[in-house]
Amino acid sequence: MTEHDHDHDHGHDHGHAHHPAPLAPIEARVAAIEAVLREANVIDPEAVDSVIEMFEHTMGPMNGAKVVARAWVDPEYRERLLADGTPAIAELGFGGPEGDHMVVVANTPEVHNLVVCTLCSCYPWPVLGLPPKWYKAPAYRSRAVREPRALLAEMGSPLPDDVEVRVWDSSAEVRYLVLPERPPNTADLSEEELAALVTRDAMIGVQRVL
Amino acid sequence: MCNVSFEDWTGDGAPPRDNGELVFEEPWHARAFAMAVALVEKLDLPWSDFQSRLIAGIADDPDREYYESWAAALEQLVVDHGLATADAITAATPTERAPL
Repeated sequence: MTEHDHDHDHGHDHGHAHHPAPLAPIEARVAAIEAVLREANVIDPEAVDSVIEMFEHTMGPMNGAKVVARAWVDPEYRERLLADGTPAIAELGFGGPEGDHMVVVANTPEVHNLVVCTLCSCYPWPVLGLPPKWYKAPAYRSRAVREPRALLAEMGSPLPDDVEVRVWDSSAEVRYLVLPERPPNTADLSEEELAALVTRDAMIGVQRVL
Repeated sequence: MCNVSFEDWTGDGAPPRDNGELVFEEPWHARAFAMAVALVEKLDLPWSDFQSRLIAGIADDPDREYYESWAAALEQLVVDHGLATADAITAATPTERAPL
């Protein structure tokens, strides 16, 4: 069938303004891959939809923030979290793909941790969702290793000279999460209020002070 | 192994924006991303099976748009596991966008 099979009413405004942008080759290719996988009964559109739904609504830094807040209020939890991240994070109900081997690294007054994936875009999905655009950019991936202090300063977190910076390169096997320091004067806050203070950037390590 | 079922992923709801950024900028980014996750899950593959292809693709063409590298890695995974040939994918390529 061609587009001319439609029963056009040429008597009224055609409304070309409603026509969407042209289909880009890569977009067409992705649609083709989905079509052949559906045809072969390998994956159906609903399975793809449910993954998208999951990443748009269920996974994100609000999960990691809860982990951080729990570690701030519960020293035993903090100890479990730093000893073996994956099961401690699972205690709060977070887990799944890209969260199988979680290592949590704690900032201290002497040490600042920064997470990168130099080869691609490895990221702890269950606790942070999908990475921001800059995390996937070549500049961040190379500079985080080559000149982390300059990068941190540019991103708004200059480090004092006496603070050591440790850079953690994520891989297919290991995903890192930074445990930021609890801000001062927060003794009165509830765990939930504390979680609201925790940012995605602090858990990646590009922000030092909350 | 990355074979935890989706039902195990829990957490509070949030809009599809993350720190003000859209989770996916284009619908096809979301389709390509989710197909790789669903395919690895369905075939019970280690995530590294996909990821090694993504890493190689990014290394080959560092300035290519990220999701184009992702889509190329997905196609390679599909072809390498014998699920479709590149020719079959070409034959299935639409010339206009399907209605939403």
